[in-house]
Amino acid sequence: MVTTELFGLLMLTVSPASFFPYVQKKIKRHPIAESRFMISGSADNQLRLWNVANGKCLYTWEFPTAVKRVAFSEDDKQVVCITEQRMGHQCAIRVFNINRSGDGTKQSKEPDHMFNPIGSKANVCAFTAQPGVIVTGHESGKVALFNYKTGEEIDNNERAHGDVVTDLQMSPDRTYCITSSKDKSARIHDTKTLDVIKTFTTETPLNSAAIAPDKPYVLLGGGQEAMSVTTTSLRQGKFETRFWHKVFEEEVGRVKGHFGPINTIAVHPKGISYSSGGEDGFVRVHHYDDSYFKTEPYGDLQIDT
Amino acid sequence: MDEAYVEPEAEEYAPREHLRAWLADPQGRDQYVVYRGEDVEIFWHGKPSQCELAYKPDWRDFLYVSWSPLGTYIATLHRQGVRLWGGPSWKPQQRFAHPLVKLIDFSPCENYLITWSNEAIVVPEGKPQGPQYFSPEDEGDNLAVWDIKSGHLLRTFSTNAVEGPAGKRQMQWPALKWSPDDKFVARVTPGQMISVHELPSMFLHGKKSLKIEGVVDFEWCSLSDKDRDEAEKAASVGAGSKIAKKDPENMIAYWTPEVANQPARVTLLSFPSRTILRQKNLFNVSECKLYWQNQGDFLCVKVDRHTKTKKSIFCNLEIFRVREKDFPVEVVELKDTVTDFSWEPKGERFAIVSTNDPNLGNPGPGITIKTDVSFYQLDRVKNDFKLLKTLPNRTSNAIRWSPRGRFVVLATVGSSTKSELEFWDLDFTLEDRRDGQVVKEEWGSTISRLGVADHYGVTDVEWDPSGRYLATSASAWTHTLENGYALWDFRGQNLLKQIQDRFKQFLWRPRPRTLLSKEQQKQIRKNLKEFSRVFEEEDQKENETVNTELFALRRRLVDEWNAWRARSKKELAEDKGQDHAKEKQSEEDKEEIEVWVEEIIEQIEEEVE
Repeated sequence: MVTTELFGLLMLTVSPASFFPYVQKKIKRHPIAESRFMISGSADNQLRLWNVANGKCLYTWEFPTAVKRVAFSEDDKQVVCITEQRMGHQCAIRVFNINRSGDGTKQSKEPDHMFNPIGSKANVCAFTAQPGVIVTGHESGKVALFNYKTGEEIDNNERAHGDVVTDLQMSPDRTYCITSSKDKSARIHDTKTLDVIKTFTTETPLNSAAIAPDKPYVLLGGGQEAMSVTTTSLRQGKFETRFWHKVFEEEVGRVKGHFGPINTIAVHPKGISYSSGGEDGFVRVHHYDDSYFKTEPYGDLQIDT
Repeated sequence: MDEAYVEPEAEEYAPREHLRAWLADPQGRDQYVVYRGEDVEIFWHGKPSQCELAYKPDWRDFLYVSWSPLGTYIATLHRQGVRLWGGPSWKPQQRFAHPLVKLIDFSPCENYLITWSNEAIVVPEGKPQGPQYFSPEDEGDNLAVWDIKSGHLLRTFSTNAVEGPAGKRQMQWPALKWSPDDKFVARVTPGQMISVHELPSMFLHGKKSLKIEGVVDFEWCSLSDKDRDEAEKAASVGAGSKIAKKDPENMIAYWTPEVANQPARVTLLSFPSRTILRQKNLFNVSECKLYWQNQGDFLCVKVDRHTKTKKSIFCNLEIFRVREKDFPVEVVELKDTVTDFSWEPKGERFAIVSTNDPNLGNPGPGITIKTDVSFYQLDRVKNDFKLLKTLPNRTSNAIRWSPRGRFVVLATVGSSTKSELEFWDLDFTLEDRRDGQVVKEEWGSTISRLGVADHYGVTDVEWDPSGRYLATSASAWTHTLENGYALWDFRGQNLLKQIQDRFKQFLWRPRPRTLLSKEQQKQIRKNLKEFSRVFEEEDQKENETVNTELFALRRRLVDEWNAWRARSKKELAEDKGQDHAKEKQSEEDKEEIEVWVEEIIEQIEEEVE
């Protein structure tokens, strides 16, 4: 595999379903997704499309400001990205159609749709289950739904969080999502009504939140702010990945290891492992023990995913 | 001013609240106070379902809080002086106008209070006058003795600060030491004398101090439960009958260092008769510390001794058996330095922390002194103290006996790296220990560790008065890392942990002595199974309700969640329905083919010989 250095990388994501093409064929949930591509956004103002199998860069888009967030649609035909508000440029959300025919190098330079969300700038976004609608998380703590074709704000929850929304990850069927925030909490929202379904309150700012498939847990990561880390002890920083029961809103366990705040958490689509990336410069890949799959700490209550 | 006499209106008698009302709690719970930031809260502590806030006072602008020794009052130290609060309504009970007060000390029976301020007393013009206030004669003093019930000032003193080794002025606190029956208060003028004052007059007893050349320190002997019972009986009878048995004498132990050709000496003195009961000479002494067992059965003098060259220090424990004829003394010789000593309450055992760590005496960041902890017990057959067990290679530096004995916690306090708590039971294998029964177990075999725990940054460790629970706290007065407190049971199981910014103080409310007579207590112990049945049933019932409630809550949460999921899934299916209808048409024509794509990413050829 070719390794390519990515300067100022901010966000990358592989198209849905799985990380490797041959695994994908066994998953029937996304009959149309191919998982051939990876998209990355960076502080060098570029958005790049990659071939997952060989690590080759297929196409590069250039913008006036840094790319803060990228996401694939469920069928992996579309990509959404957020660019930073800076140097007179407004925060912009662009949706690109991905041409999957051939080797993927022939992409249209211009976005399919583009708009500037008004008010607080958007930090995170993802496609929802409804066609033509994306959900966004904002610096003010707002969570909103946008029609990306018209740029119209369909609905919002101004007080979803008390501080910057730092992450937003979708449930497998995209009918709900989890957000994390600097206000030390994470929340599950209905992506149709924007109702807050669950709240998980921790003792440190959160940078990432993920949903475990097949198990009723969510994974939260964060810790003391990077700037105040040097003045606090390791034990006080709380640089652990925290597992919470998503229905009972109770913490069920922690995984230690990082010695800096956790910036991002991603769960394996099959729920067999998870990875966390920290400010300490480490990516830690964790595989669950057998007991994780076998034990039912809350009895045999049936919980829908 | 009006010249005509106006008869003062008779104040209506308002009965005082019962100051010990908290003891009548039907669930027999204990209380504790927590001081955090600017807020004070008083909690009940019992079974998990019975822990609740008892009272949240709105006391403002004070240094810290302190319970009186029997738990009747709680004191707050304000700029203007000390306030006492108490009773079921926590109303103000008394105040003592000592401006800028910094330290207070209650007398053991809660009759008197001593206050101290680093600022000398000043009485400005126009200040209120009366028995409750300082008068011009008190100016320049720092120390004041008050009567709690009347609020009257009894006397003031100036503190004699001792020049410390580094030229620092060090003050002993408590500066005045109370006899356990509140009859006397004494203070030492180092090198010269001990002055004993009678209460409540505060006159010097016998109009002269005890002149003892070189005296360094002294301690009053504690009263045993039996002594107290007799004293109470005498008090209730004594008023009527004039037979008046001679008042039981108090006892003082003091020590003097080596001077010229005189050896160092520990003396037991009877007071008020001032007769010397026992003296023991000691050699090569650099420091002595006096430890009375809380029933006054034993006195341990911890003697730090130096070799002739004065280079190394070792330790002797001189143990006086006070209840026996002629006060026999026994010596336990140790090679190491003893940093902490503690008697088992009401027991015949003690624990010591000893160390030969070269870092002792050079505190530095990250240095935690290595220690050994040893337990000793009185051997009834030989009538001397024998080593029960030594726990080597510890870092523990604090011994905390349960107030009822038997259980002990060893803690590492004040270290930035270690904060271990060890919970020990000294009678683990003795199932039904009866009073007076001779122990026939193998020596030292009954000790067992019940649990280990850790409270990061712990600064204070305190047992509740019942000896069932332990509280540990990390106070913001010492450091600012993970301040807060934790509660444990006697086995070391964590019951509660509260991490709170700016947490300052945790104090259990003390309890007075039990009102039950020895016989009643014996009866209870004998029929414990009968009594405990009621409690066990209660516990079980409570457990069941808690479990069913929790289960119902979870059931409800799951049902709500599943209902919501079903709804959104249905909506999703409906939304997609139209798309699917179209797609289905085309999909049905399609044939699913599984293709394995193998792509060669890299190929390296190597020559193999």
